[in-house]
Amino acid sequence: MKYQSQKIALAYMYVALALFTVQVLMGLLLGYIYVQPNFLSEILPFNIARMLHTNSLVVWLITGFFGAAYFLIPEESEREIHSPMLAYLQLLILVVGTAGVVVTYLFNLFDGNFLLGNEGREFLEQPKWVKAGIVVAALIFLFNVTMTVLKGRKTAVTNILLLGLWGLALLFLFAFYNPENLALDKQYWWYVVHLWVEGVWELIMASILAYLMLKLTGVDREVVEKWLYVIVATALFSGILGTGHHYYWIGTPGYWQWIGSIFSSLEVIPFFAMMSFAFVMVWKGRRNHPNRAALLWSLGCATLAFFGAGVWGFLHTLHGVNYYTHGTQITAAHGHLAFFGAYVALNLAVFTYMAPILRGRDPYNQVLNMASFWLMSSGMVFMTVTLTFAGAVQTHLQRVMGMNFIEVQDQLAIFFWMRFGSGVAVVLGVLLFLYSVLVPGREVVAPGPAVQAAAE
Amino acid sequence: MSGTARTIPSADPLEQLPGDLMMWVLIVSELLVFGAGLAAFLSVRITDPAGFAAAQDHLHRAAAGINTVVLVTSGFLAALAVRARCGGRRGRTRLLLAAAALLGTVFLVVKGWEFSDAFAAGLSTETHPFFTFYFLLTGFHFAHVVAGIVILALIGWKDSPHSLEVGTAFWHMVDLVWVILFPVLYLLR
Repeated sequence: MKYQSQKIALAYMYVALALFTVQVLMGLLLGYIYVQPNFLSEILPFNIARMLHTNSLVVWLITGFFGAAYFLIPEESEREIHSPMLAYLQLLILVVGTAGVVVTYLFNLFDGNFLLGNEGREFLEQPKWVKAGIVVAALIFLFNVTMTVLKGRKTAVTNILLLGLWGLALLFLFAFYNPENLALDKQYWWYVVHLWVEGVWELIMASILAYLMLKLTGVDREVVEKWLYVIVATALFSGILGTGHHYYWIGTPGYWQWIGSIFSSLEVIPFFAMMSFAFVMVWKGRRNHPNRAALLWSLGCATLAFFGAGVWGFLHTLHGVNYYTHGTQITAAHGHLAFFGAYVALNLAVFTYMAPILRGRDPYNQVLNMASFWLMSSGMVFMTVTLTFAGAVQTHLQRVMGMNFIEVQDQLAIFFWMRFGSGVAVVLGVLLFLYSVLVPGREVVAPGPAVQAAAE
Repeated sequence: MSGTARTIPSADPLEQLPGDLMMWVLIVSELLVFGAGLAAFLSVRITDPAGFAAAQDHLHRAAAGINTVVLVTSGFLAALAVRARCGGRRGRTRLLLAAAALLGTVFLVVKGWEFSDAFAAGLSTETHPFFTFYFLLTGFHFAHVVAGIVILALIGWKDSPHSLEVGTAFWHMVDLVWVILFPVLYLLR
């Protein structure tokens, strides 16, 4: 660790990991409710558990991004963070807001209250006071990192990262605009939801991935930057008008079907570029970084993002296909692998890379960490395949044969059981990851002969 | 690309592109979008050839033909501007760019008249699938002509040989797209 203020990232990582744990436990619970629908139905209804599952995901991913930014910006700008105190204040606001959200959801406090009540828009359910807190925290963050970057060295990595983080904060402002008209409500709602995950988050992802590649492979910065610009250009070109693939059936004009189909089909390009980038850098790289687990997560991230976001996204993005598959388990399959590949694996790659540095230890428990990668990722891939089959059956029975929703759900039971099983594997993988990152290793596992030969 | 003399050509083919790599990324992306749009147009046309032909008769083929000549000439002038700049004649470069931008504006006026005539006749994106594609494709292209004129003005102002190559590459993409749109939308029976 070159700069003391990089330590801030550690606190963000702990909070993110705590919420990650909540998220996967809620996921497991939801997976069980799918097969035993009355489980906990009085205490923790499905919709509340689902809110917690999705909200905690989004909050922990963003917390992880903030942590990654606090870690890499000092190194890239070659100076300490402008104000560590503000960074901790920002984290405190986020934690209080998150706790407020959880309590509000669980006990349905202040229902209907303008300021304190659940706002009821999917993913943007947070009470208004929490939304305001998020904006304040984001402003503090942007002030803090922008000041740091302005006074220090400017690199493509920090420029793109800041562009992404500014975009993230500004687009969130649409969460405050909630028109009465349901079509307009959805139109603006996607400005937050879509333009986050298929717009500015991709910039954050590309820049963090570029940073990891710089550190892990030792490829020239010039080469990394050229890739980074191409990835970002294609992401914005396809992603912004790609919003149209959410405007097929919400009451917006029919031409969105073509704009959405064409532009969102191109969204696969930046993800393919990111995957190619990661592998080409490793092939070209001259350095054998000792933290092989971080490299594994980085490559896994780029690969699974390509399949989850790129391929599984394209699967149902053309409006002729989406007419049948809209809102079926196909969507759930895509959502799970896309979020896991693109953003969960990215955060876990950063955590794996920075935790040993911040805690002043050599890369430790790498074997466990790599095992957690394979367990978590294969669990997630199995879940995706299972849900894809469920979605195909559901589409046929419900949308082609015209069977009613709940009858069809009964037909999908076998898939939901298998999904629950893969969920167990994911949760075990998460526990293994937590252990490998948080608990110090007592012995150093010597690399096998193959690894040693490669390193020489 | 840069002013340095190279005796050995760069091994990296990307380095040999005129202008800037990012402009070529944009050009390829644009061609993919317009190409996909035309492919979708032709696919939907198979389902209703008679309806598409009838809809096409509402367009002004002569006006679009004139516009084709206007835009290709504009592209030619922009190419001459790059040559003039490489010869160091900056005044002539700016004159040629201004002429190219002026012809771009003529294109916009003619196309604008076509659009207003179509709107006056009650045609819209919802009238018929033909017009959904017609308005989307030519509308997007129209926006690109506007952007292209802004770019021509910018490179007339900051007129390094590199900027000239980058900016005119965009302008050539704009007229290339029109040359493909014109026969498919206006003439194909």
